[in-house]
Amino acid sequence: MHTLYNLVSGPLVWVAFILFIGGSLYRIITMAILAKEKDGAVYAYMDTYHAFRSIYHWIIPFGSRNMKRKPIMTSVAFVFHACLILVPIFILGHVMLWKESFDIAWWYMPDLAADIMTVLVISACVFFLVRRLTQPEVKYLTTASDFVLLGIVAAPFITGFWAAHQWPGMRTALILHMLSGEIMLAAIPFTRLSHMIFFPFTRGYMGSEFGAVKHARDW
Amino acid sequence: MNGMHGWDWEIGRREIADLSRWKAEYKAVHETCVSPDGERIAAPVRTGETEFGLCENGELWEGEFDKVWYARYTPDGRLTALVSEMGEWTLAVDGAAWEERFEFLWDPRFSKEGGHITAVGQKGRKYYAVTDGVPWEEGFDNLTNLTQSPDGSHAAAAVQIIPMTEGEIFKFQAGVYTVAVDGQPWPRNFVNVWEMSFSPDGKRVAAEVRINLYDYTIVVDGVPWDTVFKTVWKPVFSPSGDEVTAPVRANGKWTLARNGALLWKRGYTQLWHHAYSPDGSKIAAIVAPKYGRWTVAVDDTPWNLTFGDLVTDLVISPDGGRAGCVGKEKERWSVVVDGKRWYGDYDMAWGPVFSADGRRAAAKVETKKTYGILLDGKPLPEMDGFEVLWSPVFSPDGDRLLVRGIREGAYIREVISIS
Amino acid sequence: MTETVIRSRKIKEKKRVYPPRRPVPDLGLDKGAEKLTPERIESTIRSVLDNETGARLKVYVDTCAHCGLCSEACHFFWSHDGDPSYSPAGKVKQTISEIVKKKGKVDADFIRGAAEIAYTECNLCRRCSMYCPFGIDIAYMMLTVRRIAHLLGVVPQYIQDTAHSHSATMNQMWVKDDEWIDSLLWQEEEAAEEIPELRIPLEKEGADILYSVIGPEPKFRAQLIYQAAVIMHEAGVDWTMPATPGWDNSDMCMYTGDNEMMGRLKKVHFETAMRLKNKRIVMGECGHAFRSIFDMGNRWLAWKMPPIPVTHAIEFYAELFRDKKIKVKKKFEKPVTLHDPCNIVRGRGLHEMARYVVNEICTDFIEMHPNREHNFCCSAGGGVINTGPPFRNKRVEGNRIKAEQLFAAKSKGAQVVIAPCHNCHGGLEDIIHHYNLKMELKFLGDIIYEVMER
Repeated sequence: MHTLYNLVSGPLVWVAFILFIGGSLYRIITMAILAKEKDGAVYAYMDTYHAFRSIYHWIIPFGSRNMKRKPIMTSVAFVFHACLILVPIFILGHVMLWKESFDIAWWYMPDLAADIMTVLVISACVFFLVRRLTQPEVKYLTTASDFVLLGIVAAPFITGFWAAHQWPGMRTALILHMLSGEIMLAAIPFTRLSHMIFFPFTRGYMGSEFGAVKHARDW
Repeated sequence: MNGMHGWDWEIGRREIADLSRWKAEYKAVHETCVSPDGERIAAPVRTGETEFGLCENGELWEGEFDKVWYARYTPDGRLTALVSEMGEWTLAVDGAAWEERFEFLWDPRFSKEGGHITAVGQKGRKYYAVTDGVPWEEGFDNLTNLTQSPDGSHAAAAVQIIPMTEGEIFKFQAGVYTVAVDGQPWPRNFVNVWEMSFSPDGKRVAAEVRINLYDYTIVVDGVPWDTVFKTVWKPVFSPSGDEVTAPVRANGKWTLARNGALLWKRGYTQLWHHAYSPDGSKIAAIVAPKYGRWTVAVDDTPWNLTFGDLVTDLVISPDGGRAGCVGKEKERWSVVVDGKRWYGDYDMAWGPVFSADGRRAAAKVETKKTYGILLDGKPLPEMDGFEVLWSPVFSPDGDRLLVRGIREGAYIREVISIS
Repeated sequence: MTETVIRSRKIKEKKRVYPPRRPVPDLGLDKGAEKLTPERIESTIRSVLDNETGARLKVYVDTCAHCGLCSEACHFFWSHDGDPSYSPAGKVKQTISEIVKKKGKVDADFIRGAAEIAYTECNLCRRCSMYCPFGIDIAYMMLTVRRIAHLLGVVPQYIQDTAHSHSATMNQMWVKDDEWIDSLLWQEEEAAEEIPELRIPLEKEGADILYSVIGPEPKFRAQLIYQAAVIMHEAGVDWTMPATPGWDNSDMCMYTGDNEMMGRLKKVHFETAMRLKNKRIVMGECGHAFRSIFDMGNRWLAWKMPPIPVTHAIEFYAELFRDKKIKVKKKFEKPVTLHDPCNIVRGRGLHEMARYVVNEICTDFIEMHPNREHNFCCSAGGGVINTGPPFRNKRVEGNRIKAEQLFAAKSKGAQVVIAPCHNCHGGLEDIIHHYNLKMELKFLGDIIYEVMER
């Protein structure tokens, strides 16, 4: 147990961050090179203003027509993504770890906020799960990997919540929390979670094509 | 144009015709054309409610037609026009119509020296090449891409030799087209046949073809190159007639191939309209060295000057020493010679013309619907403000320039000294 | 009709089980698939994936989160009561993502099915790119499927025949060179009976404008050339039409996946304008042709933008009204609605200009919804109508949502549908007929010709 703890809290953290950061850079750079070779259009028509115009409309909630048409999905998705990113960065436990390890610190959120946001992430995962199981157009597209990914995303939050509230088996939960968090980080560049890193590029390119070349909106 | 020596090269200006008078005289005056020596100007005119004639230097051709169009002078100065009477079409040359009539006749081509004229004629749903009024013996179900040999004595075209109705996709894919030279089809069929060229002596023909829906190659006298490409453009014979070169797309890039093997080393995003210097020592082509940038490459070396919109009208000087073209950047047209942009940018620019020795070059340009001339890179004083202008012509010694244009309704022929 | 219309305003009745797809018999697809071997399929697909696609396709395949949010962008999805196999991502799943996943190890039946989906169930209208949060270009992915199907020779017969016509004649309709010139001379003669001095100037070097049309105009809709000539004449425009191949701006090769031919067609087209020294190309009311010369064909040839600027008829009309070059005698009084053609709305943002023109010529304009960039396609676009009679029912039934839109506009009083695009005309004509909507269909040019001073 102890060695396992040491492993997940030590070397595996490094591995996870290296895979996450290194992997993301690798993916972006290899794609950029490939695009240069094979998709000249991407560079030729990329237009900063229109790329950001499109990204802007798609990162603010209800910024696009489709988001307005689907208020529940939009709200859930927005809250989910916001909490998913904010909680790991600003939760006290993580901030303390940074302080201990590297002596750097930043603002942290109150525990209650962290609790609420964690519950929101978990609930959103449940919502996505139900959506996958019940909505024909989503179910049709769903593959086993989608459930796995959903699990990968939900796991650190469930285990983290468990550990933070010191429920029975918290030590196991803590190990699982760290492990699942590491898995998620490492998975981002190499699974469909990579939409996180590619979003600005796909959206920006479409925004450029629509905006700069075709003089139309894409939201 | 060997006859150029006999033209009037006296310096001076002559008014040849007052077009405003034509306009008063006829119900309508269509587009004008001028003879190479500038001595004559002609246009189809509407003489009655539905009658047309051809007016040359103010004189009407004998006879009236139901329709007259495509008035053009041959390089040796004969005036031609497509004319129809009673639903039949023919070509009139200097007032005399070809005897042979067609249900339709179009696209007359003139040989370099102007001695021969070839057009396409249709009769009874059969298509013929018609040279100097004489159609090929056999007609075809369709005929496109008519091509003349340089001296005009031979003609070739893409012809359909197997009848096919719409929707017969597999028959089409088996090949229903070939090349006919002087009416004789090649023995082998192709899925498509497009542009073609004669050798300088007129004895050989090279054509760009598609042998199935995916493989393109060049066929010389009926025999395809050994290699196939993703696409090809028009092949051209070397001046000696020994070699055929064509732009080809291989490995995702365009380059030039000779007799089936890659000739140029560099790959381009685009390469087309290549041309030889008269002695065959140099080849120039319009190229895109990278996506969206255009220029001319001479012997596989692109000029540094590039254009974003397009490059067109590649011209090689008669002595083979220089090359010129027209380029467009942000909707402004410029003339370029040897990789240098000439003064100014214009609403439109025409390809430069060179003197026989290649020393001098001139081009027609347009600004706000008036036309002027650039000479050796700079605007030619007093040679602007034309309502209509034809490209200038250098005297054989290159010391004088023949200017042909319309100003204030009058067609003027002027020879100026440029020495 | 009314009942089906009301029923699916919202896809309320999503079903548990949707009827299975049945392949529509088609000579091109069936015979083409028969000739396939596993080796040819695999090597062809690999060659496309390795040589012709790159980061875009990879990123699109990797980025799709399978969220299904693109579904309601698609008129096929709406019209099939939410059948997920008609959603954009559903079509991707059944075609390109399988192809990529299996690296080409798919069988002939699969290719035939994928080809049928890509050619007849997707109009490449790009509406889904506006509904996908990531802006995934699903039309591009469907075009990649078509590219593979073309290289494998599995293409619906009618559109393949059209592509053949393009390759042999440089126009869409097997119009021979003499027939083209003859029909222009004929239209000029016809128009001259109305306006004696009217001309269709052929081969006029240096004219400001090259007017270009699509193959069906000389063949079936010659009156459009007549009307255009009258508009040009009254506006006093310096224009010309070519008497050579290159006059046709249309392009079904772009839609079969024959990119090489697409390039060849656009080369001939633009070089015709260059040869005639025209400053711009004005084109008739067509959508797909605009796409072809504005951002598909030109790009294949390495012209970043059209080398000679292209003005769509809507822009041109708007210009003529703005500059008061044509005047309206009496506005068109029947209430009209406007169909926004995808390729010039999502493809060029001409929707406001179209409304300006409509308001200049009509007294009573009724919007249909959704509109502008969010319009629903006519379901004829993307070459789907060119797959011909075998797929007609599929196309019309796959666009019930458009019938509903039209019906809603009709309920508000619209009697006439203006569709400034040829394919939209064809598609809407069938929809109006099939759903018994009893609405008239017009081009802008039809109405301008009717109401202008002359």
